[in-house]
Amino acid sequence: MIYAYYPGCCSESLSSAYDGSLKLIADFFKIEFIHLSDWNCCGATEFMSVDRLGAYALVARNLALVPEGLNQVVTCCSACYLNMSRTEQLMSEYPIINKKVNTALAAGNMSYTPGRLKIRHILDVLVNDVGLDTMKGKVVKPLTHLKIAPYYGCMLVRPNMGFDHPEYPETMDKLFHALGAAVVDFSLKAYCCGGHMPQINAVTGYEIIRRILKNAYDKRADVIAVACPVCQLNLDIYQDDVNKNFGTTFNIPILFFTQLMGLAFGMNYAPLGFGKEIISAEYALSKRLKP
Amino acid sequence: MGERIGVYICHCGTNIAEVLDITKVVEFARTLPDVIVSKDNEFLCSTIGQQDLEKDIRDLGLTRFVIAACSPHMHEQTFRATARREGINPYLLQICNIREQNSWVTNDIQLATEKAKALVAAAVYRVRKHKPLDSLYIDINPNTLIVGGGIAGIHAALEIADAGYKVYLVEREPSIGGHMAFLDRTFPTLDCAACMLMPKMHTVEQHPNITLLSYSEVTSIKGYTGNFEVTVRQKPRFVNASTCTGCGICQEKCPVKVLDRIKMGLSGFRKAIHIPFKHAVPRYPVVDKKNCIYFASGKCRLCERECPTKAIELEQQEKIINLQVGNIIIATGFSLFDPLRISQYGYGRYTNVFTNIEFERMLNSLGPTGGEIVLRDCEKKPESIAIIHCVGSRDKNYHEYCSKICCMYSLKFAYLIKEKTGAEVYSFYIDMRTPGKQYEEFYHKLQNKGVHFIRGRVAMIMDAPFAPEEEGKLIIQVEDTLLGMQRRIPVDMVILSTAIEPAYDSEMVAKLFGLQCDRNGFFTERHPKLSPVSTMTEGIFIAGACQGPKDITETVSQAGAAAARALSLIVRKKVELDPIKAFILKEHCSGCMICTELCPYGAISLGDHRKFPEINAVLCKGCGTCVASCPCQAILSEHYTTEQIMSEINGMLRKDYSD
Repeated sequence: MIYAYYPGCCSESLSSAYDGSLKLIADFFKIEFIHLSDWNCCGATEFMSVDRLGAYALVARNLALVPEGLNQVVTCCSACYLNMSRTEQLMSEYPIINKKVNTALAAGNMSYTPGRLKIRHILDVLVNDVGLDTMKGKVVKPLTHLKIAPYYGCMLVRPNMGFDHPEYPETMDKLFHALGAAVVDFSLKAYCCGGHMPQINAVTGYEIIRRILKNAYDKRADVIAVACPVCQLNLDIYQDDVNKNFGTTFNIPILFFTQLMGLAFGMNYAPLGFGKEIISAEYALSKRLKP
Repeated sequence: MGERIGVYICHCGTNIAEVLDITKVVEFARTLPDVIVSKDNEFLCSTIGQQDLEKDIRDLGLTRFVIAACSPHMHEQTFRATARREGINPYLLQICNIREQNSWVTNDIQLATEKAKALVAAAVYRVRKHKPLDSLYIDINPNTLIVGGGIAGIHAALEIADAGYKVYLVEREPSIGGHMAFLDRTFPTLDCAACMLMPKMHTVEQHPNITLLSYSEVTSIKGYTGNFEVTVRQKPRFVNASTCTGCGICQEKCPVKVLDRIKMGLSGFRKAIHIPFKHAVPRYPVVDKKNCIYFASGKCRLCERECPTKAIELEQQEKIINLQVGNIIIATGFSLFDPLRISQYGYGRYTNVFTNIEFERMLNSLGPTGGEIVLRDCEKKPESIAIIHCVGSRDKNYHEYCSKICCMYSLKFAYLIKEKTGAEVYSFYIDMRTPGKQYEEFYHKLQNKGVHFIRGRVAMIMDAPFAPEEEGKLIIQVEDTLLGMQRRIPVDMVILSTAIEPAYDSEMVAKLFGLQCDRNGFFTERHPKLSPVSTMTEGIFIAGACQGPKDITETVSQAGAAAARALSLIVRKKVELDPIKAFILKEHCSGCMICTELCPYGAISLGDHRKFPEINAVLCKGCGTCVASCPCQAILSEHYTTEQIMSEINGMLRKDYSD
């Protein structure tokens, strides 16, 4: 299996645990990722709301960088995934957007033909291309007794990306079941993590985070598993601020789903990026998982 | 040739006249061969229009005529009758469709006029080659088969049986009664459903003219209007109907407990041998083979030993019953939308989210809670209840159509909750649809009773509290479109008013009986306005929710209509068959027999001298499959002969080969 891989800005810094662990998982299942060279930011959530055409062109530049012969590009960040999918879809549906974006790309001697690439999220690729049955066969340390709250965030499956239910997704639930874990029914699994709200209006952001943490806490989850760097960031680094603001005592580690997969496949903690999280997962994992 | 042809162009009010230059078409028609009169008329199908036509036939001595108007589906029969009245063979006319296929599909007057001219010319050329045909008449078997024993099937069966004709009522379940047997009260009068249904069920069982075949399914059907041959498979009940007294000792003694569908997951178990429900008809038990110990291991037979009348027959085999009937009424009902498909509503995840039918059972005094409204633990009483309309209906993701009855039964729920508990009721609707006698008044009554009506589709039901007052509750997240804001309503219990769907196996039923389905899977009637219970197959009628969502009132009126249609055929004693049939030119036939295998109606078989095929004119529907498939062109179809079709094409292309 060969895919083009678009890492996104977070992968080398904030979410290096995600990037590192997913590479281990990819190697484990013999998935080859062709890294894009000279890629740029996807525009995150801001650029689209300020200058749409500029944002589409920015994203399309990354699509144009995918070498000929590859027809799928994978990303691990939900925001990158949404922006790339949206740009690809709009260029396919509206010839005028396609024309304008390609005019912009032409300035750099580039072009992109809509329909050439299928945009995939790493969760979709792992669960649907590798397959749960294959994964089950590779589990050496089942995550038995670990209660996981799978958190999808708002951008992974909306508006309707096709690989899961847009309101109540279950791909990660199925994945963790296959890895032997206990999965909690998590009502707010597809609610927004706040995005950049903590920087814009901290208290509003904290309240959004509090609700999610409380829901996981009420469901007695040991860890929250995420599939997006921003979700991990918000739920992890602001947990202390939430506690201070609302007098709560949340202490739930926020882990990337690929890290937990690695554990089940018998990989070591450090290479999977454990220890990089602010709320340490050590206690939860040592309590629940056999050494 | 000596034919005298009249051409009549209809305005159809403005339907045709607005788009066509009618005068030009009329004048053009006069130039066509054998046409001695060409006229237009505002409404040809009206009494005045037909009188004009009749007068011309008499005064001008017309021998054939062409009607350029709407589709032959609408009025071919009307004009055939006109012809017959005036002594012209009804097959010596041709209908030319200049409405559906012309004026309704364009605004371009010039093009439409040209097309009308071509169509009229084609019709004139064709009608010149028409041959007089005579209808076949066959006897009608006076027996009727009714498929489905819900309120529609029951009502139709009684109507026909009371008129003195024999009815076979086939029901797949062990008891008749259908969905209505689950209900407690009916809207808007709050009449007791059981009090209306049970006596009818009882009458069905006792009626000398009704043969009730419960726990049975139709497996095949052959034949045609008036003479259907139907095979019914009766599943073994393992209980002898004639010796069983319905005492119930067997189900008391049976050691196997099974979750009861009728009790809808509310503390409800039944036994492997069980009487389906208290007022079941027929009221004798059935062994559920899947769960019976005897059928799994060959041991137990406790029921057999305990039965005081020795009515248990575990060796019973399924029975194949052959029936001869003249008419068939399909009343196979509906299924309910599975709310698991809308996972954000949490059915199956949150214990206190109920479906409409579960709640109906709860309201029922014969139901699992004895009519008490309680939470799933069967103890706690809800203080606040949300009713969510349009679950699976009016939703592009599931069913686009409106299920029609949900608003009214949701209002009924609200009324009964208020009456029985005084709990707060929140009704979440998109639009309140209450068209019906006394329906709107019922809605007003509830508004005055203090039910909270919130207009908006519910986004999600969650158990994640944002505020302290939401702790331990189910929270309805909704956009109140009247207030224009998001709201969160915490409640103890949620009822999902799920959509009405075609019955889960309606596709198979459609295939079996040769019915057509609309894009949602409901059976299609012959004409939405004028023939709502007939189907495209003569002698097969539809009634009730298998045709589309409808309430009891409408279902019963449709069942009555279907019964009346069947009766009108029965009392005619004979049925007229279309003479448009295929026939074989023996001198061209090579005897390859390709046609016998292709005929979808089994109408072609080896003839008497076993060399050439023969077509049974009664079975032949004139579909033309054999005509097209014959390698020797030895089969022709009356009214669609090569000569007639070539002539029509010549007319269309206006190449006058003058015969």
